[in-house]
Amino acid sequence: MPTQPQVHDPGRVVLDAGDIHRALTRISHEILEHNKGADDLLLLGLHTRGVPLAHRLAEKIAEVEGRGVDTGSLDVTMYRDDLRSHPTRAPHKTSLPASGIDGKTVVLVDDVLYSGRTIRAALDALSDLGRPAVVRLAVLVDRGHRELPIRADHVGKNLPTARSERVSVRLAETDGADEVRIGDQPDPPARVARRDPEVKA
Amino acid sequence: MTRHLLSIDDLDAADIAEIFDTAAEMHDVQRRAVKKLPALRGRTVINLFFEDSTRTRSSFEIAGKWLSADVINLSAKGSSASKGESLRDTVLTVTAMGVDGLVVRHGASGAAHQISQWVDVPVVNAGDGMHEHPTQALLDAYTLTRRLGSLEGKHVAIVGDLTHSRVFRSNIKCLLALGASVTAVAPPTLMPAGAGEWAKSAGFATSYELDPVLPDADAVMMLRVQRERMSGGYFPTAREYTVGYGLTRDRLGLLGADTPILHPGPMNRGLEISADAADSVDRSVVLDQVSAGVAVRMSVLYHLLAGEETR
Repeated sequence: MPTQPQVHDPGRVVLDAGDIHRALTRISHEILEHNKGADDLLLLGLHTRGVPLAHRLAEKIAEVEGRGVDTGSLDVTMYRDDLRSHPTRAPHKTSLPASGIDGKTVVLVDDVLYSGRTIRAALDALSDLGRPAVVRLAVLVDRGHRELPIRADHVGKNLPTARSERVSVRLAETDGADEVRIGDQPDPPARVARRDPEVKA
Repeated sequence: MTRHLLSIDDLDAADIAEIFDTAAEMHDVQRRAVKKLPALRGRTVINLFFEDSTRTRSSFEIAGKWLSADVINLSAKGSSASKGESLRDTVLTVTAMGVDGLVVRHGASGAAHQISQWVDVPVVNAGDGMHEHPTQALLDAYTLTRRLGSLEGKHVAIVGDLTHSRVFRSNIKCLLALGASVTAVAPPTLMPAGAGEWAKSAGFATSYELDPVLPDADAVMMLRVQRERMSGGYFPTAREYTVGYGLTRDRLGLLGADTPILHPGPMNRGLEISADAADSVDRSVVLDQVSAGVAVRMSVLYHLLAGEETR
């Protein structure tokens, strides 16, 4: 019997560019409200798509407050608990402001919150870098299926999913367009090959 | 990435780039208050050194420890190898204790390769006889990349005792793989037998004279005159070697003001390198090499030991 050629299912769009814009605007206001301003605030993006999201949030906060806010990027590759079950990959850059993270309100920013293991790794990485006063978590999408007792403080959209579904976030900075899609193809296990496009666990 | 790192031949340009990318991140860890990453937690690495070494052994030891591995140093002196145990028995004994990786230095060329045939854990060659010293070549190239940007089209002069140098053999391969051009400079007695044919097939130049090479060099790599390997007769006197091939104060004038000078150490000051060259603030990158060595070895251990278990 002839086999059907495999067609890539792009899935359906659940957040378009406007939705993402509005979600980030709301999150930026929530962060400011909770922090009572932008003092001692540091937005730390998790590679890969958390980094441009952190920068967008910083821009929105700067528009509201009229002054800039510190941003940085955090790579958690070395802190993952699944290092031994995948081929290694080169870590991304961790960059922090010169003033460090001690005493700051650090907001971790990521695109998708899923099992929580990435965030656990990020918390471990943070503890090697210093001692923030407070750590909060902002994500564009929370798709559920937590494997650890971790929850986000700021969520762009709660997106109930089946484990068999795939959530893909595309951002203008990394993928040329802003959208979040959900499809039937399951997420591949946490990471695939080296230098792979980011897949969230 | 390969399972073992025995020779630069085990790596292609993409592998080298990946090792350098990771090393750059590891380098940043050295500036942190907490110099520790958990990537190799619970793994045990044995540094098996059958030949004396200070910097390479401690560099691997620090690299392993900063990745949270348990690192054990064994040297031939004071171990059962000095009681006449065979290399194979020594290696099998220590691996039977449950180690996850071996870093091996041995005076015999090919020892690391032979050991990799006996064990089922990754083996890193930390220098085998006159054969190769791949992590030294990687750290040299990494140091140059940070200093010069891409090595593509850059001209590197490697000067000194080429016959006995495993660093030279590894460096030639690594630099050529990264697109640099290389001129190997040595007196005829210290130019490896068959260097002409090798140079022709691999694509590097050779010279018996140093002075014409220096003005065009983007970097100069001085090698140690390995007195311990010489029974004499390679050159009449140390003074004569210095006059012909030492990086003397006068020769520094032939180099660009910020042309990096490398030396794998330990340096014979006054023989192959003058104090003026070794201590030149703008040009000497000798200490950069040492610091890069830890980062590059962290990167190598991470790529060989952290990933997918293949056993």
